[in-house]
Formats: sequence, structure tokens, C-alpha cells
Amino acid sequence: MASSDISVSTPSRFALRRAISVVAFAFLVLFALLEAVPFVLTVANSFKCLPAVQDYPQSFIPVPPFGVECRTESGASRPAEETAGPLTFNPALEGYERVAEFNLPTWFRNSIIYAVAITVLRVMFDSLAGYALARIKFPGNRLVFFIILGTMMIPGVVLLIPRFIILKQLGMLGTYQGVIFSLAADAFGVFLMKQFFESIPEEIEEAAMVDGANRLTMFFRIVLPMATPALTALTIFSFQGTWNNYMDVLIIVGGQADLWNLPLGLAQLRGQFGQTLEWNIFLAGSVITTLPLAILFFVFQRYFVEGISYTGLKG
Amino acid sequence: MASVTYKNVNKSFGDVHVIHDLNIEIADGEFLVFVGPSGCGKSTSLRMLAGLEEVTSGEIWIGERMVNNVAPKDRDVAMVFQSYALYPHMTVYDNMAFGLKLRRTPKNIIDERVREAARSLGIEQLLDRKPRQLSGGQRQRVAVGRAIVREPAVFLLDEPLSNLDAKLRVEARAFISSLHQRLETTFIYVTHDQVEAMTMGTRICVLNAGYLQQIDTPFNLYHNPRNVFVAGFIGSPSMNFFDAELKEQDGSLVVETKEFRFVIPENLAEPYKQHLGKKVVLGIRPEDIHDSQFLPSNITPAQIEATVDIIEQMGNEVILYLDANDTSFIARVDPRTRARVGADMPLVVNVDNLHLFDSETELSLAYEYKQELIARERGE
Repeated sequence: MASSDISVSTPSRFALRRAISVVAFAFLVLFALLEAVPFVLTVANSFKCLPAVQDYPQSFIPVPPFGVECRTESGASRPAEETAGPLTFNPALEGYERVAEFNLPTWFRNSIIYAVAITVLRVMFDSLAGYALARIKFPGNRLVFFIILGTMMIPGVVLLIPRFIILKQLGMLGTYQGVIFSLAADAFGVFLMKQFFESIPEEIEEAAMVDGANRLTMFFRIVLPMATPALTALTIFSFQGTWNNYMDVLIIVGGQADLWNLPLGLAQLRGQFGQTLEWNIFLAGSVITTLPLAILFFVFQRYFVEGISYTGLKG
Repeated sequence: MASVTYKNVNKSFGDVHVIHDLNIEIADGEFLVFVGPSGCGKSTSLRMLAGLEEVTSGEIWIGERMVNNVAPKDRDVAMVFQSYALYPHMTVYDNMAFGLKLRRTPKNIIDERVREAARSLGIEQLLDRKPRQLSGGQRQRVAVGRAIVREPAVFLLDEPLSNLDAKLRVEARAFISSLHQRLETTFIYVTHDQVEAMTMGTRICVLNAGYLQQIDTPFNLYHNPRNVFVAGFIGSPSMNFFDAELKEQDGSLVVETKEFRFVIPENLAEPYKQHLGKKVVLGIRPEDIHDSQFLPSNITPAQIEATVDIIEQMGNEVILYLDANDTSFIARVDPRTRARVGADMPLVVNVDNLHLFDSETELSLAYEYKQELIARERGE
């Protein structure tokens, strides 16, 4: 009896498991597609003529001829049917050509200035502060850490007005340094670095001290190189956060268009056209905004994922 | 090269007093081993010397210099850590060269010293590798190499062999001993392993609970332990202890436990006479209890009998776990023994090597007397 039970139940259980995994995969594929669709449509629509953007259903497969003109010789828009089919479209560069007429290079340059400067400063300040909190014993060490940690609990919006007032009193509103200095260190980064430094075995630092290193030499030549995974994470977070930062930059540089970064510029693109938002221009701007970040992530993700191994330690 | 001196050194971590009045003089070129159970303060003593822990009170001298307030980098010591503490992001070469680079040693000299050290350690072919690509034994050698190239006045080794397997450990032990002979520098070595201590040290410093128990040569430590702790700590299997009383019988001094009674040989009785009638702790090493059929020569025998509980075959010897009157003890006997579990067995104790301790102070009753005796016998 028992043996026949097993022989009957085994195939059915196998089939059940198979069915579950099929359903699970179907779910995953579905959600992956849901996540991917906005990106695909953003890129596809940025290469369409305006009437084709507003055509439904949305086409997303580019087919030749490439680089079609969006307007007839008389200057009128070509209707959607001429540049797009039900699933396919003929890519056009109108969105990119038109967006280039705006102050894009300035915004791009400002975005880079903010992102690079803030990232560099954060990596420096956060790692130094994190190290001090992790390793140097001074009175109030824990208190300082809890205060820093506490600032993470405060919603960022709450800090906007105090920051605005302070920068106004310092005369730094509407300046590069106003944006850069007010964002040059962050609680999260200090926390991240402190936790990482604490995971580095103290014996390695002691070995360096006996070998002849003072605190700074040890920090820069031993500790920091070992903290590459945390530094990479911090670099990515800072760069991405600053690159996409809309609110702080808006508050600090406000109406000074020559200090805008890409997100502020994008908002400008949208605002200018109001109801008749020219989607292909706006989406072309979005692609240009997103691209550097995507590249950065793909370049660094290997370091990001790969942790340093401490096999230099135990035998 | 330098001597090292601890003068009344105390160390506390907060309220916890971990080292009590440590006084040690270590001669130039000596190989001193700190040994003791976990938490006895041996690593802390070493770390204070390296400058990694502050001294709470007292003085530490390296050569002619008091180093209490000298930074680790300026003490001219090199240290090998238990975890090796190699720099994981540097190659073996850079690991070894790091200390010299910091001292701005000229490049050609660095290269020369690193390569020479690597050659002497047999790790020349590993110079371009990272620590993670090395085996435990290789890492250990790199850690030693990193210390050697510095040519320090004092070498500090903090349990450097405890992460190696048994076979490598034996090799590494011999290697470190030969290194000491070759370099003729002061070595200070921390271990919890009494075998390492006995085989490597020219002198051994036994610590327990932050107190110095005894500092002496391996021979004296084994043959004349100053107190019950040292007697039990040095030697494997450990010494057997019995509660006993010193009595007089027919003009001879006897030590009587509830199981046995031994007459103390006349030539050894002198220091014990003043303690007649006192409660004492009797210590007998397992190797001084023999199978009565396989007796070594030159011993003063005393017959006893016990039941065999467990037999451990070691090949070159046999360890017997015995029982007499509900008291357990251990004997290390000749491998040819015909002992059987559960059987009563006649045994012989060599009463020349009895150890008697005061049952209150736990101090040896014959320490000074035996020190003189040993010195005389060894012609010192």
C-alpha cells in the first residue's frame, strides 16, 4: 500500500511543483515588463514626431527609414500614419534637435558640477566622519553619532526652509557654493561609512600602526582602499541623488536659469508648453538626463556588487 | 636588539583590573614566552609593549628608553598577529615593503631586504600575489616576513601559530625557533599552548588572572613549579592533585592521602620537616606513575593500586584514567602495558618527583630548596 501511495503521489507532486514555478515565472515576467514599459516608451517616444507620440496604440519598434522629417515642405506636421504604424515607427530626431535649442548644455554642465563636487565632498567628509565615529574614542562619540542618525529621521522637506534661511543669511542663495556646501555631507553617508569601517578588523590597523603609520597614513593607505565597496556605494548614491535633485536646487538657485540643473530644466520644458506639452522634446530631455546615470551605474555596478574579501585575515 | 623591562606595570579596562604589578626583565636576545589560559592578560602585556594599549601605571622600557608615551611606530618593534592582519589590497611584496616605505628607506634597499626575507622564508614565488590567494601557512610566513624586513629591536608574536593545522604548526614552531637563533634578536611570544611555550622559549612567563605566577626556564617550570597553578598548567596530561597531610612515622616523613601514603625520601625531606602535621596538596605527574611491570631505572618506587577506567592508546605511550577510593587520576605508562578496563592494577609511583604545596597559599613547600638542588645538579 505504502509503496503504491508513493508511486502515485510522486508524479502529481512533480507536476504541481512545475505548475507553481511556471506561474511564479509568469508573474516575474509580467512585473518585469510593467517595470520596463515606461522606459521603452520614453526612449521610443523621444524619437517620434509629435503626432505619432499622441497616436494610440503606442508603437515601440523602430524601423527604417531612420531620421525622417516631421514636417512637410510647407511646414505642417506630418500626420501620425505617415511616420508610425500599429507597432512600428520611423525614428525622427526632431525631439533632440528642438531640445538642443534650449539651454541644455548649461543645465548639463551645472548638473555635472553639482553632482561631481557634492559627490567628491561627500566621499571625503562622510568617510572621515564615519572613521572618526567608528574608531576614535572621544567624549560624546556616541552622542554625536545619534544626533547625526537623528537627522535621517527628519523628512527632507522640513529642512528646506531652515536651509534657505541660513543660506540667505550667508549670502549664498543663487550661487554654486550654496548648492554644493549645503549638500556636501549627509547623515546616510556617515552612517554607511561608519558601519563599514567597523567591519574592518582592528588588527589590520594595529599592524599598520606598528609598521610605522600614523592615523592619517593608515586611513588613506590601508583603511580607505579596503573600503572600496562602501565608497562605491556612496559614490553611486550621492551622484544619483544629486543628479536627480530637483527640490534643493530649486530652493537654492530659484529663478536663476543659468544655475539650473537638468531636472529644473526639464520642468521648464514642460512648463513652457502648458497644455500643448510637446512630448517628444520633453522625453528627449528625459533621455539625455537619464543616460549619464545609467552609464555610471553600469560602469560601477561590478564594484558595487563585488565585495572585497578579507581572506587576508584568517588562515 | 634591545632588552625589555616591565616595572610594576598595571592595566585596567574601566573597573576591570587585568594586569597586577607585572615585573619582568627580558634580556637582549632572549626568547620569552608569555603563557596562560584565556583572559590571563598575556596578550594585553604584549600589546602594552607594542603601544597598542596604554599602561595604566608602571613603566615599560625598551633598551635604555622608557616607552610609555612613545607611539607604536616609534618603538622599533615588529609584531606578528594571530590573524596575520595582512593588508588585503596589497601584494605580498607591498605588504612586506610597507613598513620600510613609511620609513623612507631607499627603494633598492627595500627591494634587497624584501627579496632576501622572502628567500629565507621560501615565499619568493608569492611576491606578486594578494593575501587572499595564499594558504594559511603561506600567510603566516608573509606576516613573519613583514616583521623581519623591518629589522626591529624586538619581535612580538601574538599566538602566530594558532590558525595553522597541527602539522604546519610543528613545522612553523621549528622555523620560528631557528629564526630566533639566526637573528639573535629579542623575541616575545604569546601563546596559550604550553607545548609551544616549552619547546620555543628560553624562558617562560606563566600568567593567570593578571598575576605573574612564575618566570623560569622550561626545565625549572616543569620540575619545580612554584605553585599549584603552574604545576597544573605545565605538562600534558596535567599533574594529578590529592588532598594530603604531612605526618611522621618511624622517624620518616610521610605524606598521606585518603588513598595512599608515601614515604618521602630522606634526601628530599629537609624542606618539608617544618610543615609536619600540616594539610598539603600532593601533586604527582602522570609520567611519574608507572606500570609495575615496566619500571624505569633510577627511581624510588612506591606501590599503589587502582582500577582502570579508560585506556587511551597513543602509540608511543598509553594514558590510563584510574580510580582509587573514588579519586580519579591519570597515569602515562609504557605502551607494552597489559592494563584492562575494569581491572585492578598494581602501579608504582616515583616518590623522587612528588610535589607538595601548601593547601592554603597553594605555594610549593620546597621551591627554594629545589631551585638550589637543580642548579647544583645541572652544574650552574
